[in-house]
Amino acid sequence: MTTFRWPASLEAYERVRQDPHRLGHRPHGPGEPVAGAGLGETGPARKRIIVGYGFWIYLLSDIILFSCFFAAFAVQRGATAGGPTISDIVELPRVGMETAALLISSYTCMLSYAATNARNQFWTQVMLLVTGLLGLVFLALEFQEFAELAARGIVPQRSGMVTSFYGLVGLHGLHVTLGLLWLGTMMAQVWARGFVPEVIHRLICFNLFWHALDIVWIGIFTVVYLVGSCA
Amino acid sequence: MLGKLDLSAIPLEQPIPLIAAGAVIIIGIAVIILITVKGWWPYLWNEWITSVDHKRIGVMYCLLGLLMLIRGFADAIMMRTQQAVAINADGYLPPEHYNQIFSAHGVIMILFGAMPLVIGFMNFLVPLQLGVRDVAFPTFNSVGFWLTASGALLVNVSLVVGEFARTGWIPYAPLSETTYSPGVGVDYYLWAVQISGIGTLITGINIVTTILKMRCPGMSYFRMPIFTWTSLAACLLIVAAFPILTATLAMLSLDRYLGWNYFTNILGGNPMMFTNLIWAWGHPEVYILVLPCFGIFSEVFSTFSGKPLFGYRSMVAATLFICVVSLTVWLHHFFTMGTGAAVNTFFGITSSIIAVGTGVKVFNWIFTMYGGRVRFEVPMLWGMGFIVTFVIGGLTGVLLAIPPADFITHNSMFLVAHFHNVIVGGTVFGIFAGVEFWFPKAFGFRLYPGWGKIAFWCAFLGFWITFTPLYVLGLLGMTRRLQHINFPEWTPWLYVSVVGVAILAAGMVAQVLQLVLSIRDRDKLRDLTGDPWDGRSLEWATPSPAPFFNFAVMPNVEGEEAYWGIKQRAIETQRLGPEPKYQAIHMPLNSPVGFYTAFISFVFGFAVIWYIWWIAILSFVAAFAGFVAFAWRREHEYEVPAEEVARVDRARRASRKALLEELAHGEATV
Repeated sequence: MTTFRWPASLEAYERVRQDPHRLGHRPHGPGEPVAGAGLGETGPARKRIIVGYGFWIYLLSDIILFSCFFAAFAVQRGATAGGPTISDIVELPRVGMETAALLISSYTCMLSYAATNARNQFWTQVMLLVTGLLGLVFLALEFQEFAELAARGIVPQRSGMVTSFYGLVGLHGLHVTLGLLWLGTMMAQVWARGFVPEVIHRLICFNLFWHALDIVWIGIFTVVYLVGSCA
Repeated sequence: MLGKLDLSAIPLEQPIPLIAAGAVIIIGIAVIILITVKGWWPYLWNEWITSVDHKRIGVMYCLLGLLMLIRGFADAIMMRTQQAVAINADGYLPPEHYNQIFSAHGVIMILFGAMPLVIGFMNFLVPLQLGVRDVAFPTFNSVGFWLTASGALLVNVSLVVGEFARTGWIPYAPLSETTYSPGVGVDYYLWAVQISGIGTLITGINIVTTILKMRCPGMSYFRMPIFTWTSLAACLLIVAAFPILTATLAMLSLDRYLGWNYFTNILGGNPMMFTNLIWAWGHPEVYILVLPCFGIFSEVFSTFSGKPLFGYRSMVAATLFICVVSLTVWLHHFFTMGTGAAVNTFFGITSSIIAVGTGVKVFNWIFTMYGGRVRFEVPMLWGMGFIVTFVIGGLTGVLLAIPPADFITHNSMFLVAHFHNVIVGGTVFGIFAGVEFWFPKAFGFRLYPGWGKIAFWCAFLGFWITFTPLYVLGLLGMTRRLQHINFPEWTPWLYVSVVGVAILAAGMVAQVLQLVLSIRDRDKLRDLTGDPWDGRSLEWATPSPAPFFNFAVMPNVEGEEAYWGIKQRAIETQRLGPEPKYQAIHMPLNSPVGFYTAFISFVFGFAVIWYIWWIAILSFVAAFAGFVAFAWRREHEYEVPAEEVARVDRARRASRKALLEELAHGEATV
């Protein structure tokens, strides 16, 4: 007689079902909501949840801000006024490097938070530093791109298309710049005050911010550069 | 050194702004001297300016809003009288001044009058109705208020230093570009609105987080009072719409300051993109204004009819329906753009459909009153005036939502009458109902009802006498924003309209008198019970004025209309619930960060308007320094000892007990 073997996924399901604490699996639908999460009738959430939640709402509003600049770019993409077109602007190798720098910085940012979770001051700082340096590399490349375009006479005053290109990419660059100021402040705070709750809350928010900028960049990379290179 | 700023910025040749500004400056100085002589500065600084108490901030929002309503009303008086005297004549306002006045009127009324009032109510009420002690981010709340105040200050500074925009309250491009508006007027608009818009966004995020994450135990979504629901919808709209405003104004600023080409009419700029973007914010904005007022009226109707709100769940559904659909109607502001029949049809249909949500609400309000024991207190009068006025305004709105009809009435006085019909009838009436209703909760005494009734009747009749002629004028072909008029046959209607304004002005005087006289006789008008209107939601469970910590012990909600349930149980059993075990409470410390941020923003805004770059850079550095200093603050909260909490709450229980005994002996009418 052969023993019946569950497929791996069903086995995992069975394991979760038998786990009385249902670790990592909050029940969906009706069930006992977790106290302190601000759900249902359980009363106010804990401070950490509130701070993170509020920051998520802010990020949503920030994404709407970006979406306006995306929309403007979409509207004005062909409005070249007889000047350069988007394919004259796009230079994929450099953008590839920018993207790589930013995506790796998101990874190191996540590593810094893993270190924060372990309350490891040294690795938190190292990974924040690496994140910041990669951010600087990104900004340097973007600055180089803008400088070279300007040298070729491709400035926002030239046409609606160039305006909306600089506006969208520049807004993201501005966010990265402000993010770097924030990052420096956070490093100083972690160093001076250690892992007190409010510093940890701010680190959570900073992480969310940095990853959100990555998501926006992927949109820019696709809509502006990849599609532009095919134009 | 001072950029474009020099003495020629002061309009020495124009008497009206000079006299007005002189009067404001003299009153301001007098107030400052009075405060200094009386030694009130420490009190003001500690209890109000640096306060992070949501109730104090709410009250300051309302004060700012009421002041700005008066300021905006002054503009309205000038516009109506100018049009009445400038018939085949020049009138007393030169065109460039008249254009500033109608622009300032719209900006001030919507963004610095109605918005602060609505946000003030949300701030004051949402934590009280949710049974919690504060909003999610108390310090940010203070930042939001002070940013709004600094935006309002910038608008008013433009009266004396320089000029305001002459472009209308939403500065359409390319008129607002440097080519056609080279002065600082549009820059004043841009920075004032940008700064206050960021303040509004902060409040929106704050209240959404508060409602979704900070409700007292037992307060599930379908037990929240309807005002909280409408606040949630309005704040979701703020989060969704205000970034569009920020983006649009940023683009226009880039055009104006750096010569970019977002909205220019040359080099591939797209002026209609401005119109689309600004209304993608602007239409949700009007629902941000009116939804919380729907909430106020819902509370008023149910309280003064002595009945639960009819169709509570359908009311919530209608609110959220409006919240979503309001994001899909913006194009009805410019059907004449020429996008073609298909697009216009889509927006015409959505604009008509959104009225269904409001219709559901109107029927719910009427059915709430039906069969109830209606008490005609002042808030109820405003409520009934609102239903009549708003329904008619809504119907003219449905008319305007039909593209062919809109092509005829576009930009006419008919349109002006329509949107005043809904904004005054909905938002302004709602605000006055709310002030009357919650004034005792904020200050501990009622307002004289007599003067309130006079104010209502003046406002109601004044409104109709002012704006009915404008409907007629619109159908006769009068376009909006005319500095002078060449059709003598319109004269009678314009005169009638001025009479209406005079009646409205009388209403305003009655309103102010009501406030002044009630403050004078506050000891006679004290609300000792904390529940002056036989209320139904949790804010009436607190004493009047509510203590800074709102609730000694967080309530445990067991059903809809949380306080009504508690009250009925107390009346049935003839005693209060058992005394809770009092514990120490942690409250957030006051913080000057809001005031500091606003001060810096004001300086920054002013510097950028006048191209004084070194001050702009300095203020950015100062802002960052302040941000760092604030981040290093170690103490955020202080402890209120259990004895203090117990003392306040025992006084509340004593007054409730007295009320209970009065009720038992049939002495109280409540």
